[in-house]
Amino acid sequence: MILVLLLPLAAMLLVGLAAAVLAGAPQAARAVGAIGMCAASVGGLAAAIAALVLGDASSLALPWNAAIGASFSVAFDPLTGFFLLPIYGLSAVCAVFGAGYLSHAHHGRGVAAHWLFYGLLVSSMALVVMARNAVLFLVAWEIMSLSSWQLVTFEHEREETRQAGITYLVATQIGTAFLLVMFLVLGTGSVSDAGGAGGAAGGAAGSLDFAQLGASGRAASAVFLLALVGFGTKAGIVPLHVWLPEAHPAAPSHVSALMSGVMIKTGIYGIVRVLSFIGAPPAWWGWTLVLIGAVSGVVGVLFALAQHDIKRLLAYHSVENIGIICLGLGVGLLGISFGSTTVAFLGFAGGLLHVLNHALFKGLLFLGAGSASHAAGTREIDRLGGLMRRMPLTGAAFLVGAAAICGLPPLNGFVSEILVFLGAYGAASAGPAAPAAAAAIVVAALAFIGGLAAACFTKAFGISFLGEPRTPAAAAAVEAGPSMTVPVLILAGACAGIGLLGFVAVSFIAPLAGAVAGIDTAAALAIQEAAGAGLVKVSLVAGVLAALVLGLVILRAALLSRRTVRNAGTWDCGYTLPDARMQYTSSSFAQPLTGMFRLGTHRHWTPISVPFPERAEFSSHTPDVFSQGVFRPAFAGIGALLSRMRWLQHGRLQLYVLYVAATLLVLLMWKLG
Amino acid sequence: MDGTVFAVLQLCVALALAPFLPGIVNRVKAVAAGRRGPPLLQTWRDIAKLLGKSAVYSRTTGWVFRAGPVVALAAATAALCIVPWAGGGALLSFDGDLILFAGLLALMRFVTIIAALDTGSAFEGMGASREAWFSSLGEPALLLGLAAVARTRGSVSLAGILGVTTTVPGGAAAVIFLVTCSLFIVYLAENARIPVDDPDTHLELTMIHEVMALDHGGIDLAYIQYGASLKLWVLGGLVASLAVPRTGQWYLDAAAGIAGIVVVAAATGVVESIMARLRLIRVPQLLVAALAMSALGMALSLMTNLPNPPSVAV
Repeated sequence: MILVLLLPLAAMLLVGLAAAVLAGAPQAARAVGAIGMCAASVGGLAAAIAALVLGDASSLALPWNAAIGASFSVAFDPLTGFFLLPIYGLSAVCAVFGAGYLSHAHHGRGVAAHWLFYGLLVSSMALVVMARNAVLFLVAWEIMSLSSWQLVTFEHEREETRQAGITYLVATQIGTAFLLVMFLVLGTGSVSDAGGAGGAAGGAAGSLDFAQLGASGRAASAVFLLALVGFGTKAGIVPLHVWLPEAHPAAPSHVSALMSGVMIKTGIYGIVRVLSFIGAPPAWWGWTLVLIGAVSGVVGVLFALAQHDIKRLLAYHSVENIGIICLGLGVGLLGISFGSTTVAFLGFAGGLLHVLNHALFKGLLFLGAGSASHAAGTREIDRLGGLMRRMPLTGAAFLVGAAAICGLPPLNGFVSEILVFLGAYGAASAGPAAPAAAAAIVVAALAFIGGLAAACFTKAFGISFLGEPRTPAAAAAVEAGPSMTVPVLILAGACAGIGLLGFVAVSFIAPLAGAVAGIDTAAALAIQEAAGAGLVKVSLVAGVLAALVLGLVILRAALLSRRTVRNAGTWDCGYTLPDARMQYTSSSFAQPLTGMFRLGTHRHWTPISVPFPERAEFSSHTPDVFSQGVFRPAFAGIGALLSRMRWLQHGRLQLYVLYVAATLLVLLMWKLG
Repeated sequence: MDGTVFAVLQLCVALALAPFLPGIVNRVKAVAAGRRGPPLLQTWRDIAKLLGKSAVYSRTTGWVFRAGPVVALAAATAALCIVPWAGGGALLSFDGDLILFAGLLALMRFVTIIAALDTGSAFEGMGASREAWFSSLGEPALLLGLAAVARTRGSVSLAGILGVTTTVPGGAAAVIFLVTCSLFIVYLAENARIPVDDPDTHLELTMIHEVMALDHGGIDLAYIQYGASLKLWVLGGLVASLAVPRTGQWYLDAAAGIAGIVVVAAATGVVESIMARLRLIRVPQLLVAALAMSALGMALSLMTNLPNPPSVAV
């Protein structure tokens, strides 16, 4: 089975190479790339589903002399399979969307290279979750980072895209550095007796296969923190999220969807996988994840609210959703630490299910935003408007995604959030005081995030898709072609399907959540049945809701059937000739909340001081507090420190030769002495 | 009495009686101001009148605008199916139904807001913005408050929280008092009452909820008014049931439930008679006060040694 699972990886690389070879014929490269990627992804998805259903646990280990402790060791288990689903699923729809999205890209070489790196990105993500050796994992991890960096800088003619690429590259490399140290600590088993992480290489005689990795006591805590920083940088937890709002808007929309929907989730995969190496969690691990989740969630959604670039807004929402996932994992860890299998199960089930759900609705939202900005020629929400009439399919799908990300019933976001809520309520109502306090934080944070997300997505959807178009370009927008509407409709259907059949989703996630929570199958089944019984009621309420909506619509239609239905201008308190630019804007919609939380929005305007003003301007911009307040000064400080070493670099060849000779001399003395 | 039959009756009584609540609020206000006030049936009459009207829709709007009132009314009705305001169980009670309850209220707000934005009117955009602003603060107060009560009652379903027949242990009484106060503020805010919003003025700049319905007329407005009545009933039932003890006798509990909801509505009328609407920037402070009371209730429930110490669910 493992060979079947590896087949799509090879297929994607071949397709990518074929597209690269066809660089001279952009049309052919586009067709080969899109169709090939989609087919390989669908194949991968089918293989992953089959392996999950069959309960496959096959593995493959080949010798590999790349480094000490390395081996080409891959395997399949429920965790791997669960992450493969969104990777392949979203990859397939994004490839279809990309075919339409790139059809206007002018340079053939760029398009060909794009498909090569697309294949590399998807196959390396799949390899990341299948790898069972630290070296192989890190190699796949780096390919994933570098290929996604290449995809981000697709439109590299633009200055801000190149800047975003650099920010992303630096962030991801710093994250990987933490992962290197983490695996070295795991490989030695313990830091305390080896004299710190620096001595870890001494233990390299052992294999770095995952089965051999482990840590306990303080080393385990060190590994936990290193994993949080290293994987958290990729996932985008606050304050390590600063690359997301830069890189996601710069990338083509289907790449943003893929990166935000699944690539950042490899960070979550990493955290969950590492938790399986380091034994029973002390209570403070759960607390840490809860606090990180709460801060990431609230900060992410608040900054999202302040944005008026729709893709930047969505990027901040990824930070928020990673926060929700961390809240779920935190509840799970708390449940383990105070011995409640129910709480542990529900926390992990909710957190992991949210990984899948977020992939679906965030993919949908990025693709929908891509179609909209493609059609109207801008990503500024305040320059859109009225797109619902011009792009009915994209608009309807975007609405489903917006409602789903707010956690509204009966859509999929609600299903994963209710599981996290149930875990938190379980701990808050029946747990000891300490975990109950943490659970109360989870409840308050999730509720607050939900409220703010509703504010944010009523704004994002309402201002861009409803009302009147604010610019001629928005008025001239037309519905995208089928290659761009079918993917969003598929994703919208998946969001609604999981939402309506929440109990099925829970029974699907149950074996994995039980395994992660460390409870046996029978106990997991019992808890899943209890939670599933509740979700059956949720589905029933959804049915009631649908029936009522249908009934009320029919009633209205019946009552109106013999009456006049007229159309008129919006009443607007008697002012019947409003200009489209008099509509509420996204900045004004969000201003009460952004003002209340003092997010540091900069406003620039020319005041109107004369009776007949000629021209006035207003613009607002909300920079990232962490980027401006933490990382910029920190990197400036490092830069200043390093520039003091510049006297070493003066360009005189003779002195360089002297350095070489002196270094050799010192080394010889050390070796011989 | 059979549980399901009782639950169905509970739902039907609510559907029939809810439109009297705005009448009760207005009657209390009128009496306090020395007037006679409109009849209690006024909301039902308004709904009947509006259902007989033809329709005018703005050219700017599309199906989102028309879906708003429909989905909002459906969500309010669905919420009634899970809140056991008269004790016992509701039609669709389950562990965690309080989360679905909050979710349905959020759905109602969401569709109301986007329907308002569909008109393209700056007035309605302003109301939508304020609704989103205040509700984001009300939601944590509601769910955290319910968590505090859940701890005192050892249950995570509305039936378990609201429908207990045992006497309340001493330590829990303070928790329940705090949460009841907190939820009363949430009730006022969610139902767009003074001091958060003024349902009587037609000066659009002062309004939040009413302004979002400016462009709705006829049947849609009837749906909105009925939905608002149901929301008044369902949230009133939540607040009242926290405070009213249950006897286990279905007719006593049902009577106490209705009486409690009427008392909460009358209290709203009293609040509206004795104070003015707060300035907009003061409203978040009120809602944060509600959140603080919920948080205090949660902290108290963590510290109090309850007579029946909660057991770890395994």
